[in-house]
Amino acid sequence: MDNRKTDNLMIQASELTHYYGPQPAIEDVNFGVKKGEILGFLGLNGAGKTTTMRILTGYMPPTQGKVTLGDCDVVEQSLEARRRIGYLPETVPLHTEMPVANYLKYMGTLRGMSGRRMKQRMGEVIDLCGLGDYPKTIIGKLSKGYRQRVGIAQAIMHEPEVLVLDEPTNGIDPHQIVETRDLIQDLGRERTVVLSSHILHHVELICQRVLIIHQGRIVAEDTPENLSQRLQGNDRLQVEVGGPAAEVQAALRRVQGVSAVAHRQQQGRQIFTVEVRRGQDVRDEISRAVISNGWSLLSMQQDDMSLEDIFLHLTTQEGL
Amino acid sequence: MRTIRAVAGKEIQVYFGSPMAYIVGLIFLALTGFFFVIDLGNPFPEASLSNFFQWSTIILILLAPALTMRLLAEEQKLGTIELLLTSPVRDWEVIIGKYLASLTFLLALLVLTLYYPLLLFVFADPDPGPIYSGYLGLILYGAAALSIGMLTSTLTSNQIVAGFVAMGVIAALSFVHIGSEVVGGFLSTILSEIGLKSHFDDFDRGVIDTKHIGYFLSVTAVFLFLAIRALEFRRWK
Repeated sequence: MDNRKTDNLMIQASELTHYYGPQPAIEDVNFGVKKGEILGFLGLNGAGKTTTMRILTGYMPPTQGKVTLGDCDVVEQSLEARRRIGYLPETVPLHTEMPVANYLKYMGTLRGMSGRRMKQRMGEVIDLCGLGDYPKTIIGKLSKGYRQRVGIAQAIMHEPEVLVLDEPTNGIDPHQIVETRDLIQDLGRERTVVLSSHILHHVELICQRVLIIHQGRIVAEDTPENLSQRLQGNDRLQVEVGGPAAEVQAALRRVQGVSAVAHRQQQGRQIFTVEVRRGQDVRDEISRAVISNGWSLLSMQQDDMSLEDIFLHLTTQEGL
Repeated sequence: MRTIRAVAGKEIQVYFGSPMAYIVGLIFLALTGFFFVIDLGNPFPEASLSNFFQWSTIILILLAPALTMRLLAEEQKLGTIELLLTSPVRDWEVIIGKYLASLTFLLALLVLTLYYPLLLFVFADPDPGPIYSGYLGLILYGAAALSIGMLTSTLTSNQIVAGFVAMGVIAALSFVHIGSEVVGGFLSTILSEIGLKSHFDDFDRGVIDTKHIGYFLSVTAVFLFLAIRALEFRRWK
């Protein structure tokens, strides 16, 4: 939160709390999103992602707190705020009895597009979302992946400044996920995008910044890279060496910057896990230390703690 | 205005594109046609539409909810309401737009019944007054019935529940005047005044009374207002 500037923030949410019953679904959620940024919400099902997004989009007002889009309060100037938003809800609700183009036209009109603008935009959106073969197809007859595209198409139809996508990569096959990712990154160049996922890999791939939300609270906020840095403290190298284990271990430990060395046998290979103080690159020294002793350096690999680990980390430890 | 037209236009498209509406329309025309004709089978038939109007009010108890039950219940069931309510559309525009679509479909059905009076004018010499006023009454009665259906469809995501509750309410309001004959005094006046049917019968007799017009318009306005409030309330619950 310290790296946040109040100027050029497109979305600013402060102290959002929402109750459905006695338990808060989200509590004291604060965040800001810059213009042109792609922000990811990461959390388990029921963590409060959808609740947060519904508040952002003006679908329901928060029990407490405030969201502004640009200079509009989403509750006080709801209509104006809603004009700036394109939204894809988690379940991809579509009017399944309508043909794709008719549906997009309907959604465009609801969002206040004029007939002329619609005509221009329709072709663009259909191309952008890869729906070129299906403008006249009844939505109900499309596959899940294509419905997802229609869902995204309706969200970007009116060229909104802010795109809110709830689980946009959910339930579609890996090939389509890559396409969806490319599409979202394309869109993110001109717009502010907020998306959610419970699949870490997707958020890591698409987003510039990640908020991890757990039990209704934001428990971490950073870039995917910084998050792993922050949690790790140490960088880790996996080094495979042919040589006497105890001597190799001792030699590696003597290398400047190395804080710990662990040894293990893996399928007959000797792997040394080398902990290095963060930010130091000691691969050069390590390889020299191994070779100067006459041993063979078989492999060396930097261990990147994935967001997946971070996520497990964060959600299994209280108070982080 | 544009958004009302967008909402209404989409619903009208759905009405005219779905078999359901045609089936409902067909049943309506078959039944009203039947009641129009059996009146003419009398030994001394009367060149009037009274029988058609009277039975139409009964049929509307079933027809109006059949037309409106889908309008908001389905959006809630499918979740499309989330996109509707996050579009820059006011809640009242949603309700009015959908309501106007159902009213349009009903008017289209009534236009199709115009061949009954046409037959009368061709083959007999009917009194035109009660025919005009009867149609006016039927439209007002239908408008009120549809507004009741609008409200119940807003209150639930279950179309069947929305439909049956609306039928119950419209039936109760249609037949409540019968109770006024049983009880006496002040209560009797109330029961006959709140009933839809007791306000309709003057139209059938050829009387256009602003009191009755005001009554039907008020009922319609009240139920539409409640539907709008119900939709607003959804956001806050």
